[in-house]
Amino acid sequence: MKKSIKKLLSLGLVTVMVASLFAGCGKKDSDSSSSNDKFYIGSIGPITGAAAQYGECVMNSAQIAVDEINANGGINGYQVEFKFIDDANVVETAVSAYNTLKDWGMQILMGTVTTQPCMSVAELTEIDEMFQITPSASSTSVIEGNTNVFQVCFTDPNQGSASAVYIGENSLASKVAVIYDSSSDYSSGIYQSFTEEAENQDFEVVYSGAFTSDSNKDFSVQLQAAMDAGAELLFLPIYYTEASLILTQADAMGYDPVIFGVDGMDGILTVENFDTSLAEDVLLLTPFAADATDDLTVNFVTKYEELYGETPNQFGADAYDAIYIIKAALESANATPDMDIDELCEKLVAAITSISVDGLTGKDMQWSANGAVNKAPKAVVIKNGTYVSFDASSYSTASEE
Amino acid sequence: MKFLNALINGISLGSIYAIIAIGYTMVYGIAKMLNFAHGDVIMIGGYVAYFAIVSNGMDPVLGFLLTMIFTTLLGVVVEKLAYSPLRSAPSLAVLITAIGVSYFLQNIVLLIFGSTPKMFSGISLPSLSLMGGKLTVSGVTILTIVVSVLIVVSLVFFINKTKIGKSMLAVSEDRDAAKLMGINVNFTISVTFAIGSALAAIATFLYFSAYPSVTNTAGAMPGIKAFIAAVFGGIGSIPGAMVGGILLGIIEILSATYISTNLSLAIVFGILIVLIIIKPTGIFGKKIKEKV
Repeated sequence: MKKSIKKLLSLGLVTVMVASLFAGCGKKDSDSSSSNDKFYIGSIGPITGAAAQYGECVMNSAQIAVDEINANGGINGYQVEFKFIDDANVVETAVSAYNTLKDWGMQILMGTVTTQPCMSVAELTEIDEMFQITPSASSTSVIEGNTNVFQVCFTDPNQGSASAVYIGENSLASKVAVIYDSSSDYSSGIYQSFTEEAENQDFEVVYSGAFTSDSNKDFSVQLQAAMDAGAELLFLPIYYTEASLILTQADAMGYDPVIFGVDGMDGILTVENFDTSLAEDVLLLTPFAADATDDLTVNFVTKYEELYGETPNQFGADAYDAIYIIKAALESANATPDMDIDELCEKLVAAITSISVDGLTGKDMQWSANGAVNKAPKAVVIKNGTYVSFDASSYSTASEE
Repeated sequence: MKFLNALINGISLGSIYAIIAIGYTMVYGIAKMLNFAHGDVIMIGGYVAYFAIVSNGMDPVLGFLLTMIFTTLLGVVVEKLAYSPLRSAPSLAVLITAIGVSYFLQNIVLLIFGSTPKMFSGISLPSLSLMGGKLTVSGVTILTIVVSVLIVVSLVFFINKTKIGKSMLAVSEDRDAAKLMGINVNFTISVTFAIGSALAAIATFLYFSAYPSVTNTAGAMPGIKAFIAAVFGGIGSIPGAMVGGILLGIIEILSATYISTNLSLAIVFGILIVLIIIKPTGIFGKKIKEKV
């Protein structure tokens, strides 16, 4: 109830802001940017509040990428300026951050990090004809109808079907239960595409239990039903806050299925005082594993750990890739910083659909004109409190023993 | 077996509602006001307990006492600052203030601690296994029920037998008449809030031991459900709050198990509406005689 009122309010605010943009002077920023001798890339995300760790990792990782590019001679011979502004995962703050960045001279937006603010900001970049690539806002509504917006991460439905394919192809289980949040777009979107794809796979969904944001504390009913249905694998397309409670309650019941999550599960290890042994062997579908041994990952993770003293998560990897994707697109389009924002956008949109980028989060990433990325999914597993690349072949033999 | 399991789950959820509802109903019964911030006092208690016991490694018993002192002080301060200036205001004004206090507490906590959930680990008790391990009753549930019964019995005794308890009773029956009889109404109401908030500390421990995620909105929904439980049992009646809470938990879990996890809350609230139509004062509610 409270949330829907908030949503309505924010929608209203955005409409008013969009309307005022129409009413105001049409184009005012083209003059200021025409004399640029640098590319100005802006970024928006939460570095305070609930989703702070996502935004922080995006900010730091993008900075690493920008510094690398600048040290290696820039893009098409031009240096890159990067600026990140906090939105605290609040729609109104994100919109004002966007306007601040425009005043700063932003030509390309790498953001925003979270879905709700991104939907509103995408409406604005569409009107301004500014090229936008989001590292991690995964809802389809971010790219739908916005020809100028692209994603580095999977869309929500893709996460669901990719999870089903992954579970099926690696025969992780034959009976699967799902617990999802029916009051969240994100969770129910993944749930739907998961069950659709599950019909084509070699496992059976024996139970699906829903909860809502008003009943997200007690999961005894859902867990009991999943256990009674004999589910060997529990698919949780939800955020880690609820997942941490589900893990605790399942443990208290003595129910120990394989837990499979999606990107919302990322962060479960950061819940303060959470018993990480409960998350042992939790699988999550994520395009990035910090322990991978390819040169690109090793270089990125080492730099990040040196500079910030932490292991980067997949949001950071997405952001690092996003900067290099922008670079590849700018190079392919032969773009220069003195171009107008809309001209730059047009060239980049044409370029990105024709290039293929090898990054941290996937080899041979390609984009369709609707803005969605096409890349192969990977899974990681939690071992001793850290993410480790998941090797499906070793898993299936281990479970047969 | 499925039914028994659901019943046990319902009782464990309901016992948590019951213990929160006792605090609600106690304040309502005597001060005749709905303290919507009660759930948030529990939430703040959760943070105090988290920092005392988990972060600073304090002994759980000491941590519990500290939490109780803190919530009691908080309850009294909130009453003095927000509610007592409105003593003669219409009850609607007090109700709106209470909602305001609730949001204030939630947001101040969000500001200070952020919204990363903190996992509380206060009480860990062994579970009870029944029927060869087919049924498990968690230790916290048993403790919660025992504690609820103890609280109900001692509160009923306190209110009916002690001097301050009797003055509470007098204030609840007729505030003006009580004042004429020389009862210090303000003091009595403060004591009521102090007891209600001290009970919140007990609820804090039991609630977060069962559902260990401490966030700034952790008190909101259980607070509302406990309020419903209090109305269910007859608001103002202390044994009623306990029965109402447990019934509410059982109905919620049974409808989630047999009908739909999505609809369980709708069913709970639907039953409440029907009950209120049939018996407006709740199960244990007193009949109110309007004298003309």
